[in-house]
Amino acid sequence: MAYQSTGVDFRTRLQDWIPKLVLSPSLAAMLIFVYGFIFFTVYLSFSSSKMLPSYDLIGFENYAKLWDLSAWWVAVVNLMIFASLYIIICTAIGLTLAILLDQKIRGEGVLRPIYLYPMALSFIVTGTAWKWIMDPGIGIENSMHLWGWTSFQFSWIKDRDMAIYTVVIAAVWQTSGFVMAMFLAGLRGIDNEILKAAQIDGASNFSLYRRIVIPMLRPAFLSAFVILAHLAVKSYDLIIALTGGGPGRATELPATFMYSYTFTRNSMGIGAASAVIMLMTIAAIMTPYLYAELKEKS
Amino acid sequence: MASVEQDTAVRTGGISRVFIYGILLIFMLFYMMPLFVMVANSLKPLHEITGGNMMALPQVWTLEPWRQAWSAAQIGVEPTGLKPYFLNSIFMVVPAVVISTILGALNGYVLTKWSFRGDKIIFGLLLFSCFIPFQIVLIPMATVLGKLGLAGSIPGLVLVHVVYGIGFSTLYFRNYYASFPTELVRAAMIDGAGFFRIFWRIMLPVSGPIIVVTVIWQFTNIWNDFLFGASFGGRNQPMTVALNNLVQSSTGVKEYNVHFAGAILAALPTLIVYIVAGRFFVRGLMAGSVKG
Repeated sequence: MAYQSTGVDFRTRLQDWIPKLVLSPSLAAMLIFVYGFIFFTVYLSFSSSKMLPSYDLIGFENYAKLWDLSAWWVAVVNLMIFASLYIIICTAIGLTLAILLDQKIRGEGVLRPIYLYPMALSFIVTGTAWKWIMDPGIGIENSMHLWGWTSFQFSWIKDRDMAIYTVVIAAVWQTSGFVMAMFLAGLRGIDNEILKAAQIDGASNFSLYRRIVIPMLRPAFLSAFVILAHLAVKSYDLIIALTGGGPGRATELPATFMYSYTFTRNSMGIGAASAVIMLMTIAAIMTPYLYAELKEKS
Repeated sequence: MASVEQDTAVRTGGISRVFIYGILLIFMLFYMMPLFVMVANSLKPLHEITGGNMMALPQVWTLEPWRQAWSAAQIGVEPTGLKPYFLNSIFMVVPAVVISTILGALNGYVLTKWSFRGDKIIFGLLLFSCFIPFQIVLIPMATVLGKLGLAGSIPGLVLVHVVYGIGFSTLYFRNYYASFPTELVRAAMIDGAGFFRIFWRIMLPVSGPIIVVTVIWQFTNIWNDFLFGASFGGRNQPMTVALNNLVQSSTGVKEYNVHFAGAILAALPTLIVYIVAGRFFVRGLMAGSVKG
């Protein structure tokens, strides 16, 4: 600051300290509750904690046990299926809707908020609604039968092999409108002169999008990927409300695994190890992105 | 978003426009369907759901499921309805939103207008803290809340939400204040105005939009939280946890109509905010994805 050297009287020196004093409670809270707690959980993941935290270190035993557990593998494989489908479908729907909405659509002001409102809801509400909509007894299957399509079957939510896809449906419903909004903002930021120039050169609508528009949306693709990937890893509420992890263990994800091993199965060390792996996954996605964003801004 | 006046370079003909409107309408139905199901079935007697069509409007309209969900349904062991949990959520959300927004505004002000060595690192640490999976802090948080005597209490939940809300509120205010001319702040300093005077007289009067964005974001996130409420709520559970208990309860007949009414009750506050101030909600979402 330019004025730092101007005076040495008490008032000025106090003014120098006030900003730091104001920031310090937040800084302290962050250092303790975020980074201190991360350190504590990492420590516990190397300890013999069972029902309560314990402090004797046992090396990598919890991690070895974790990767030996079939329940953990189920959760990890489920996350890979869920995350990849969730990211791909949300991006595809979001991009399609954004491009279509960008064609001077009458009623865009009505459609856009309808596409986006699920984002305002809690995953518990979403899960509750879809749980009964996809229930074969009272939901879509039943409705189709009543409408005369008697051979229609949709009982994925009760099917061990298919239940994870019902989670994808509900999650896509909730977030694809948000992805649409991100792409739409990107599309509106593209200079129309570039497109007009390409059209004069004889480019068709399709090649206009494929060759020029979509490549220019790269930042929006990247943001969408990062946001969706980190939401997928953190998914917990939706599973609890929609399937409770079932049928059996068919829809467990790392987040539900961590919770049950830590708090109901008295294996806190293993639970902590699984939380550390979740954090590392998210850090691997977020850190390069945030770093690039910060560098770009400064 | 001010580019409405631009005329689009891409021109589409008659048939493809029918096609475009068709797809847009199909997706509109997809997004509306669950809301329709929730509302329609919350106004039906139970036998119309179990013995009828979920996609149909009620034959007999009734508000009874809403009354049940609000004040009579069995939540856990007690037939209290969702009302006390709705109040818990309000008592939790209001202070948590107010405190985290005030702290975010002050932090953003310090980080942009009173920069000092190391402020970039502090902001980076705050930013990363927005995206951590909360599983990584659950165990120590449970221990600390227990030691503080705040486990299972509303003040405990307020503390949790403030602590993990500061990251985003600081992010919003920092990005907003960064584009505010620093020369104005300098000039005020030379005129002898102090830290708080500048904040109060110069920064706050221009902060309206970002305050709205932050309040909406924090309100939505904290109201919709489930993980912290389920882990640390104890007997003072918030609305989301109570709704889940209502829906998942394994005893007795499944009263789907009451579940749907309860789900709408849990969704109503954030839905109203979205309808009233959707523009700011979207702006918050976009800023939350860092790219403005």
